[in-house]
Amino acid sequence: MKTIEQINEKIREGSVCVVTAKEMKDIVSELGPEKAAKEVDVVTTGTFGAMCSTGVFINFGHSDPPIKFRRAWLNDVEVYTGLAAVDAFLGATKPSETRENYGGAHVIEELVFGREVELRAIGFGTDCYPRKEIETAVSLEDLNQAVMVNPRNAYQRYRAATNSSDKVLRTYMGTLLPNYGNVTFAGTGEISPLNNDPEFRTIGVGTRIFLCGAKGYIIGEGTQHSPPFGTLMVKGNLKDMKAEFLKACYFPGYAPSIFLGIGIPIPILDAEIAKSTAIRDWEIKTTIIDFGVPRRDRPVVREVTYAELKSGKVEINREEVRVSPLSSFYMAEKVMKELKRMIEKGEFLLSLPVERLKGKELFKPMKQKEIRIVREFMTKAITIREDSRIEDAAMLMINKNVNHLPVVDDEGILKGIVTSWDIAKAVTKGAKTVREVMTREVITVFPEEPIAIAISKLEKYDISALPVIDSKRRVLGIVTSETISKMLGV
Amino acid sequence: MLLQLLFDSKTVREPIISRVAIKTGVPINILRADVGARKGEIIVEIPDEKSKEIERLFNEMGVEVHEVTRTIARNDNCVHCGLCVSICPTEVFRLNEEMKVEIRTEKCIHCSACIKVCPTMALYFPI
Repeated sequence: MKTIEQINEKIREGSVCVVTAKEMKDIVSELGPEKAAKEVDVVTTGTFGAMCSTGVFINFGHSDPPIKFRRAWLNDVEVYTGLAAVDAFLGATKPSETRENYGGAHVIEELVFGREVELRAIGFGTDCYPRKEIETAVSLEDLNQAVMVNPRNAYQRYRAATNSSDKVLRTYMGTLLPNYGNVTFAGTGEISPLNNDPEFRTIGVGTRIFLCGAKGYIIGEGTQHSPPFGTLMVKGNLKDMKAEFLKACYFPGYAPSIFLGIGIPIPILDAEIAKSTAIRDWEIKTTIIDFGVPRRDRPVVREVTYAELKSGKVEINREEVRVSPLSSFYMAEKVMKELKRMIEKGEFLLSLPVERLKGKELFKPMKQKEIRIVREFMTKAITIREDSRIEDAAMLMINKNVNHLPVVDDEGILKGIVTSWDIAKAVTKGAKTVREVMTREVITVFPEEPIAIAISKLEKYDISALPVIDSKRRVLGIVTSETISKMLGV
Repeated sequence: MLLQLLFDSKTVREPIISRVAIKTGVPINILRADVGARKGEIIVEIPDEKSKEIERLFNEMGVEVHEVTRTIARNDNCVHCGLCVSICPTEVFRLNEEMKVEIRTEKCIHCSACIKVCPTMALYFPI
């Protein structure tokens, strides 16, 4: 049994034994947790990944005459100004209003590089803050405070992503190739901070951490904290951060984001903690989920361990699929080594948490007023057969007053669709049967899908109706843009 | 060796690659083809020792030939996340022992899929 004070004493003396989480695995398996706990004082853990929930509180100082920001921009990236006069929050994923592939993350990076950024703001023009606008350039040293405060960082583990659809998807998990073309995953597994202290015995409110090269602190559990998918809320001084441990990025089709290097020292107070730092990738489970389904609750494709993900290949439906990480193991290792060096040099002392993080927390979905589903908007589908004559199709459309006829077989299974436009085409072409003019690749929806999905499909493919089908592709009805507009009153 | 073949509005309609393959008996591996109505660009892989002969034949048939030397390159924005690893169709990228992204440029077929997915915009074709 050791105390944090005893470990800090050793750090001051220069006699502390620090190892990285990677090194600790072998030490524990060789010596056992009891002996490992005697030998090792601190284990450094690390992660380096894109963490969207990141931003910086900035105080700009007062202009003359003074201004209270109504709205403000840094390099055309809007910052949040619903605070005191010249305080603002610069969020990493906010896109620039003028520059492509550029956002809050890039502004943060430029500040850390020591570059100047353009500040543009408009004010309210009050008696106490009469100024109505300002344009100037500021660098990090000109700012009174620039404090990184991140609502959610350092995910303990994360769901891996794949894509069953036949389209390329551009997501915050990177580009997902069609038909299970690849898998991407985030998190560093066995070296990731929270996986090494899953009971939150030493990682808690007030724990001093390595945040992008600076000393930072944990200020609470992060948003969406839900162990074993735990998260952290952290803060650190941007002025002390090193460009090496932070990198602005941009996920095409999604938004800007920022790679952060976070390291957490775990004091080895007893054998129990030594044992928890011995966790291996094959013990850390997550799931691969399907982004091909544009819903909140995306279907689970399979369970998987970090060991499998890190191997670079996983099996899905008996086929080998290549895997890409989204977190940099190379940089995470650098973080662990740098933190180890800082502790060995006596530059970094450990702190005791003042409050423990919640061990259990429910991550609830958004409360929505009402989710309207396709079934409510569905009308009866007037169907036709492939071998029907064009004249019959035309007659059916006129008699039933519809513009779309799903084409079905004897079992009612969808084979195609003909529209009044197709009939017009048939006349000019001299086509005789529906088969010759029908569209075979039909865009469809399921009855339980939110109507928003049907609307986005109608817009995306520039069409005016969608057959509603069941899992066997039997036609249940149809939704048309006309019905949707009428019912939603738009 | 990789060759870039540029076809004009006339040559783009002719089965020139087949003719060269039949004439030389050398299998020509098409890695990438961008063929339109008025022009075309095709990247092929051929054995080094036959390159002179093949190049001459293409030239005779009115096709412009350039050896492909520029291959995918990266700047120091790379953080070695590895997102490119599963995107590249020819497995140019892999994580080495140090978990750094290693680039095997000789496998690059110039599809530029990696350039579009790299979150730090670290990949590019040098001009």
